[in-house]
Amino acid sequence: MTTLLLDAEALYAELRDGVRGLIKPDTSLVGIWSGGAWLAERLQADLGLLGSHGVISSTLHRDDFGERGLASGTDPTHLPFAIDGRHILLVDDVLYTGRTIRAVINEMFDFGRPASVQLAVLVDRGGRELPIQAAFAAARVVLPVAQRLSLARQDDGRFTFSVEDDR
Amino acid sequence: MLSRRNPQLNAHGELIHLLSIEGLPKAVLTHILDTAGTFLSVNDREVKKVPLLRGKSVFNLFFENSTRTRTTFEIAAKRLSADVINLDIARSSTAKGESLLDTISNLSAMHADMFVVRHSESGAPYLIAQHCAPHVHVVNAGDGRHAHPTQGLLDMYTIRHFKKDFSNLTVAIVGDIVHSRVARSDIHALTTLGVPEIRAVGPKTLVPGDLTQMGVRVCHDMAEGIRDADVIIMLRLQNERMSGAMLPSAGEFFKNYGLTDGKLALAKPDAIVMHPGPINRGVEIDSSVADGSHSVILPQVTFGIAVRMAVMSIIAGNEA
Repeated sequence: MTTLLLDAEALYAELRDGVRGLIKPDTSLVGIWSGGAWLAERLQADLGLLGSHGVISSTLHRDDFGERGLASGTDPTHLPFAIDGRHILLVDDVLYTGRTIRAVINEMFDFGRPASVQLAVLVDRGGRELPIQAAFAAARVVLPVAQRLSLARQDDGRFTFSVEDDR
Repeated sequence: MLSRRNPQLNAHGELIHLLSIEGLPKAVLTHILDTAGTFLSVNDREVKKVPLLRGKSVFNLFFENSTRTRTTFEIAAKRLSADVINLDIARSSTAKGESLLDTISNLSAMHADMFVVRHSESGAPYLIAQHCAPHVHVVNAGDGRHAHPTQGLLDMYTIRHFKKDFSNLTVAIVGDIVHSRVARSDIHALTTLGVPEIRAVGPKTLVPGDLTQMGVRVCHDMAEGIRDADVIIMLRLQNERMSGAMLPSAGEFFKNYGLTDGKLALAKPDAIVMHPGPINRGVEIDSSVADGSHSVILPQVTFGIAVRMAVMSIIAGNEA
């Protein structure tokens, strides 16, 4: 494992400023488990939003279930507000193929019909396999296919990025 | 033969069939319970269905009747978006003389992906698992006196839900243990999950002495058996399995081993009372206990669906 020269804390500050413009009075933040959920939790507090953020998992709608089976250790989706008629801002750490976003949108629609869904991410690493775009990305990087970029949260709450070779 | 692999696990140690809890590592059991927790919340959604088994065919093969277990498997498979085919095998092909393996071959030719099997003969699901195609998965829904692993797992889910941790518990299993595949599955699961004290409670004719070899404390006295217990699992008196006079009468059994409020007072104040159902009121359990504040019999049923969803989705996602 190596540490890429991506300052997650600096990117977070950009993300926080960037999503301000995306939030309407009836917008709810929904973080994608796990990295996105940490981001949504901190954004909720830093932006002074009322209520609680939601957490959503892609597990039950993944398209690679046949190859990879069921992931272990996933927190279930938790949406502490009615989805019907809400403006939803999805938050994730890394946007790559777009397949996770497709899965969580399907997951969300199992709970109701949102008024709109937007996406904000810390890093867009390209490599899209579906027609999905983020409304805001704090950084765009290009990485080899064999590398996995993921967000980590330290004990003191600070974010760091790590790059691992994909198995 | 040295260290022959558990037929339920693939080379990576992943679950591909669920035939018995015996021999499964703690990590596999915990993974099933954690996954069941995820599925429990599916019941609260607007759309009570997830697409994990979309396009898969689950065949319910009940060579022995069981409306409740078959129904919960059917609901679980449907909530995973599988196509479910219920075969009343006892009344069709078997009655016409077809062998078990011929039945399986025919159903495999209909592109089955999973068999949920209940059979009066111990070991029938193993035989099926050995002879079906590599992509087909088998779940044991109860075989003879041998095992009922999904009931064992839903019992563990229930205990974990109410007691959080297995490591300090005293669990009493009461009643007709000699005929009970549920008791056997529970004992294996409780042992693997680290429960320090497991008691088997009942008359000598229904509680075999060799249970002590499984690390179980055998109690023929009800008061001794349930004193200070955290969990009491009552078993149904299986009249249909009882051949010969093993008991003087159902009334006599209730007097000695039936769970009443008076006997329940011997257990811990926050003890939970479980029962795999269907219950015989006034035979092994008093109505006031079955409907009382300690009873978690109906939550067991709800958890059973989530646990069966977990088992089916885990094995379907692993390759042989």
